[in-house]
Amino acid sequence: MSQTGIRERAKSALQDPLLQQAVQFTTDRLRTRKANVTETFGRWQEWRDRGRDIRAHTIAHLDFYLQQFADNVRSAGGHVHFAADAEEAAQAIVDIAKKRRAKLVVKSKSMVSEEIHLNRHLEDEGIQVVETDLGEYIIQLAGETPSHIIIPSIHKTREQIRELFTKAGGENLTTDTKALTGFARRTLRTLFQSADIGVTGCNFGIAESGTVVLFTNEGNADMVANLPRTHVVIMGMERILPSFADLEVFSHLLPKSATGQNVITYMSCFTGPRRDGEADGARELHVVILDNGRSRQLGDADFQDILHCIRCGACLNVCPVYRQIGGHAYGSVYPGPVGAVLTPLLNPGPEYADLPYASSLCGACFEACPVQIPLHDMLVKLRRRHVAQGLAKRGERAASRGFRLVFARAGRYRAIIRSGRLGQVLVARHGGIDARIGPLRGWTQTRRAPVLAKRSFREGWPGLRQELRQGNRPPATGTEGAPAHETAVNKE
Amino acid sequence: MKVALFVTCLVDSLYPQVGEAMVRLLHRLGVDVDFPEQQTCCGQPAFNSGYWDDAREVARTLLDAFDPYDYVVSPSGSCCGMIYHYYPDLFAGDAESRRRAAALTEKTYEFSQFLVRVLEVSDVGASFPARATYHPSCHGSRLLGVRDEPLELLRHVRGLELVPLPYAADCCGFGGTFAVKMGELSSAMVEDKVRHVEETQAQVLVGTDMGCLMNIGGRMAREGRRVRVMHLAQLLYEGTQAQHRREIVG
Ligand code: SF4
Repeated sequence: MSQTGIRERAKSALQDPLLQQAVQFTTDRLRTRKANVTETFGRWQEWRDRGRDIRAHTIAHLDFYLQQFADNVRSAGGHVHFAADAEEAAQAIVDIAKKRRAKLVVKSKSMVSEEIHLNRHLEDEGIQVVETDLGEYIIQLAGETPSHIIIPSIHKTREQIRELFTKAGGENLTTDTKALTGFARRTLRTLFQSADIGVTGCNFGIAESGTVVLFTNEGNADMVANLPRTHVVIMGMERILPSFADLEVFSHLLPKSATGQNVITYMSCFTGPRRDGEADGARELHVVILDNGRSRQLGDADFQDILHCIRCGACLNVCPVYRQIGGHAYGSVYPGPVGAVLTPLLNPGPEYADLPYASSLCGACFEACPVQIPLHDMLVKLRRRHVAQGLAKRGERAASRGFRLVFARAGRYRAIIRSGRLGQVLVARHGGIDARIGPLRGWTQTRRAPVLAKRSFREGWPGLRQELRQGNRPPATGTEGAPAHETAVNKE
Repeated sequence: MKVALFVTCLVDSLYPQVGEAMVRLLHRLGVDVDFPEQQTCCGQPAFNSGYWDDAREVARTLLDAFDPYDYVVSPSGSCCGMIYHYYPDLFAGDAESRRRAAALTEKTYEFSQFLVRVLEVSDVGASFPARATYHPSCHGSRLLGVRDEPLELLRHVRGLELVPLPYAADCCGFGGTFAVKMGELSSAMVEDKVRHVEETQAQVLVGTDMGCLMNIGGRMAREGRRVRVMHLAQLLYEGTQAQHRREIVG
């Protein structure tokens, strides 16, 4: 939730070189690793097609598979809670915690728990919550929110992490990865034993068996799920896959897209709570299934596909906007291209209506997405929806009208070009007047604005046509023979 | 073969020399293009901002202008991408326009696509002794699928040393109204792009979209850089002229 707009937040993010350095360093690594691993794996596009088809089928029949999943969780001995919104989901978990008289809750990484602001709700009841994923732990110590779906603390440098850990009691820490993770591990290990409840997310819920599947790298989720007496799973209602055969496809798509890992380090499957005679597992399993605006997308031809998302974060890693401003500037739980689409869909209204404008519509997100969600198209369609709902700025509407008035009739367009007034019209289009003040200053402060050609192409056309018709040797053009610095573009 | 030029409003009003180079080069290759004057703009500025009704009215000028032609060729991958990728959606509401839009989509080609795929020419006979790097525009490559064609044409230019651009596929930050609406962000993006162009030590930056080139070139001009920014059509045409002169002299 944020008072300022995306433009202001982006502006301040741009003034934080440490943030940019950290984000660019890590996203670069992830991009390279992903490129390498998918190349070696081969036939990536075919895998993406399979991924998209499976997700499309699942979401098209979500009512069926969700019911099947819930039934199977219950018959395996688990409890299922459907929550219509964030408030209900948080309340369901608070109720469980109160019933168990919980004092300490340990968590593994879950974006849905961020979405329902679970920690705040539990802490309001006097229950201590500890994040056990390394990145989440860092964020919790810093009192911040995740700035990346997969790597919550992507915006932090090692030095910043060392400072946080030192404040939390770490002695003589270096910025070495081993030293930092070692401290976190030692601190967290003691907590698993004494925790009353473990909360995890859910990467995939397998409908045919009622199994909750988690993909992790640190192994902390296994301890969160197994050591405390009660295991609470919080998941979005769309996180379903029909079968284990489908899971196989996503066991390739998810880690390869997310971190460029060929396989995930830990894939943990939980089907019901611990049964008699079993050595480990929680005694009690609760699965909280969250709607919170998701079901509203079902049946919407423009946006239903956003429910295909598997939260891999690949679209963030390739996004040239995210690369500059990081995740917090989006001001929403889900950042990056997927956040710019998902957030206004889950929370309609003016609050997040400016997020879809934080994109140059370059389409890199779509290209990276393992299930081929057309995020770039959705961004445009969200803008259209905002225009239809009257959420766009008035000046912008006028500019668009002006554009239509001039450009819908070639005659008018030509007249405007002739009169040399096209520059003003292009304000709406490309930002083409040379002023460092006024509406275009975003452009002209850092770039030279183009100047109208002395003679437009269409004005020169009759002459050019005639010359070519007469079969003359083409004479030198305007640009030919110009000195190297006088270019088509950056000439005065 | 009746071929029409879709010059795009940006080239028409700001960079007519790009349209001219294209027409002249095609003429050399034996293709006489026509320029139907009803055309104005593909409608993208309004479309991308969410004003689809305004965009549709503007886009109609293209449906009208290009009806009688077999092929439409354009110097902009972005504007072709708009037609190719979005006109079916934009005209979804009325069957007749949808049919005409589909027909237009079928026959519209970006300049390098037209050369390589339709004319099946990858060597235009140009010579251009310089160190150059190529920026693939996002819409051209991702919406339209223009990936190898420009490179194939450039590889056949004699004397041209083509060096890869680091982070080539990253957006230059133009994005039409984005560059104005989110000016600071867009500037940060173009600064990165300019830095990467400089790392190549290229004398020439070549591209297939004047929007992006205006953005990158505008930034370099502000910094006083001496990299020549050219549309592919300009480079190829100029290259054939140099060749031509040499032929005459030699
Ligand atoms: S939208 Fe696609 S790329 Fe982005 S997080 Fe979701 S699945 Fe991954």
